[in-house]
Amino acid sequence: MVLRALPWLIAALTLALGLLFAWLKTPLIIALSYGLSALGVSMLIRAGQVSFGHAGFTCLAGYAVVAVSRAWPQTDALLLLLLGVSVGGLAGAITGLFVVRYRGIFFGMLNLALSMVLFAVLGKFYNLTGGTDGLRMERPPIFGQLLERAGFETSLLAVSSLLVVATCWVVARFYASPVGQALTAIKSNEVRLEYLGISAKRVFFTGYVASAALCGFSGGMFALIQGLVTPEMGYWVRSGEYVFIAVLGGTLHPVGAFLGALVFEFLKLFAAAALTGIWQLVIGVVLLALIFVAPAGLVAWLARIRPTREPAPAASVQEKA
Amino acid sequence: MNATLIVLALLDGLTQAALLFLVALGLTLIFGVMRILNVAHGSLYAFGGYAAATAGKLIGDGQSIPLSLLALVLGALVVGLLLGAIIEIGLVRRILHLDPVMQLLATFAVFMILEDLQRLIWGTSPIAVTHAVDAMGNLKIGAVTYTAYQLLLLPAVAIAVFFSLRWSLGNTRFGRQIMAVTHHREVAQAMGINAKKVSLLTFCAGALLGTLGGALASPTTSLVPGIGGDMMVLSFAVVAVAGLGQITGTAVAALMIGMGKAFAVYLLPELDVLVPYLIMLVVLLWRPQGLFAVAEARRV
Repeated sequence: MVLRALPWLIAALTLALGLLFAWLKTPLIIALSYGLSALGVSMLIRAGQVSFGHAGFTCLAGYAVVAVSRAWPQTDALLLLLLGVSVGGLAGAITGLFVVRYRGIFFGMLNLALSMVLFAVLGKFYNLTGGTDGLRMERPPIFGQLLERAGFETSLLAVSSLLVVATCWVVARFYASPVGQALTAIKSNEVRLEYLGISAKRVFFTGYVASAALCGFSGGMFALIQGLVTPEMGYWVRSGEYVFIAVLGGTLHPVGAFLGALVFEFLKLFAAAALTGIWQLVIGVVLLALIFVAPAGLVAWLARIRPTREPAPAASVQEKA
Repeated sequence: MNATLIVLALLDGLTQAALLFLVALGLTLIFGVMRILNVAHGSLYAFGGYAAATAGKLIGDGQSIPLSLLALVLGALVVGLLLGAIIEIGLVRRILHLDPVMQLLATFAVFMILEDLQRLIWGTSPIAVTHAVDAMGNLKIGAVTYTAYQLLLLPAVAIAVFFSLRWSLGNTRFGRQIMAVTHHREVAQAMGINAKKVSLLTFCAGALLGTLGGALASPTTSLVPGIGGDMMVLSFAVVAVAGLGQITGTAVAALMIGMGKAFAVYLLPELDVLVPYLIMLVVLLWRPQGLFAVAEARRV
């Protein structure tokens, strides 16, 4: 049962690394935040749809968190995280109303277009959004206490790691639920799903709102650790990175997204030192290699490692798809 | 908005539409035959532009029209055929059997690789080689002075490409083979058509249209990193508005988006980036498959 233990392992690893090396705290929290967004994207990949615009939700939630924190500096960080989730979910519910009618390329492109509209608006309305410079926020209280930078980062790291474990559990339950199963059926055969009397549109809408809420969660976390939001958060390159992480980690189990995000973040740290200027090239080559060698991602590869000869029904079904 | 501005916006829209049409046509042609949306198409546009600028530096001088045009065509041809063949043989034919999601990701990966290669080869500082525009001089329409290059050459090339492509698809042996593969790959193969060859040549032709668009655009703007991505998104918008695989539709959609963008620059300068997306959103909400496409039945 490698997969069930993996979220705890990841949480323990990030906490340990963060406590041992203080400079790693920020990259680690950012990795967890990327993982949440990638999890949102991978939820839709399970339905056979790829969105090149989910960074828009992350960005919107980030701006909402910063705006609220600027208006009411006393707002607790946990409340701000909750706000991010709600804003993401709400935005997903509004755009989902019409986006869920589309599939394939059109779905990807509509999401891209929406996120680009947001990106352009954020960059243009300087008075409200600070333009391309973005918006700053003061460090908010966490658990009702105003902490120094180091203390704030440590508590945020702890909270984030635990929330990631919880998210993995909730999403895994969601995948196993009837709606979650119907969501994967959209990929394999949507018409048959309708014949079963299940509305594919409604199922996909549920998945879409959930994925947007995850992105909102990620946006809130990103805003808290960075203390700054810029339109870049919603640019399509960022959306592409989320898609990359989702594929790298694999969609078999929610933990894949976080696994992918950690590998991605460390690749990036390494690349910043050793491979400046060819970062995208490296990602591109790795992505191509993944598509041919391990299309099901890291998590499927880990799922194969098991101490005893247990049957692995879920794993084998996914790999064939 | 006075008459001069309207004329100016119309001309801007026309030249933009001509370029957009060329690039989007390549994208839609490739999609029609191979059912693959080539995300790297924007990079081909950028490579075409940079290659043409390099060729222009070598052989163009800003005086002789034929030489500077030759530089543009040479740049587009070399890069388009080379990259087209490499991408098709190296990647695209190997991913035809994969999930659409994986296909999208594979070409997205190529896009990221090409973006960095372009930066490695040509650097990040803007490059401007305007020989062709200088050599052809200006024209006056009423009170508006416009470059002859943008006013005459770009629309002429677009129109020529549009008609020759439509004609050759319907009337030449190879064009009909392309149409056959577009309609049904397996049946076409059963009829003895070499679908692999058709795919390779169509992909190269599509890539060439992309690089040609970039090459023709290069004398009118300065080349900076990122133009590939911008163009990719724009040509996607055109293709989506038109409906995938529609040639006439692509021309109409390119005009709509080109004009829309040009008028927005004069009327609502804050929103000029938004206009293509807004047009695309409105059209797709109204007609989910695009303006000209026939709705396809979903697979059972």
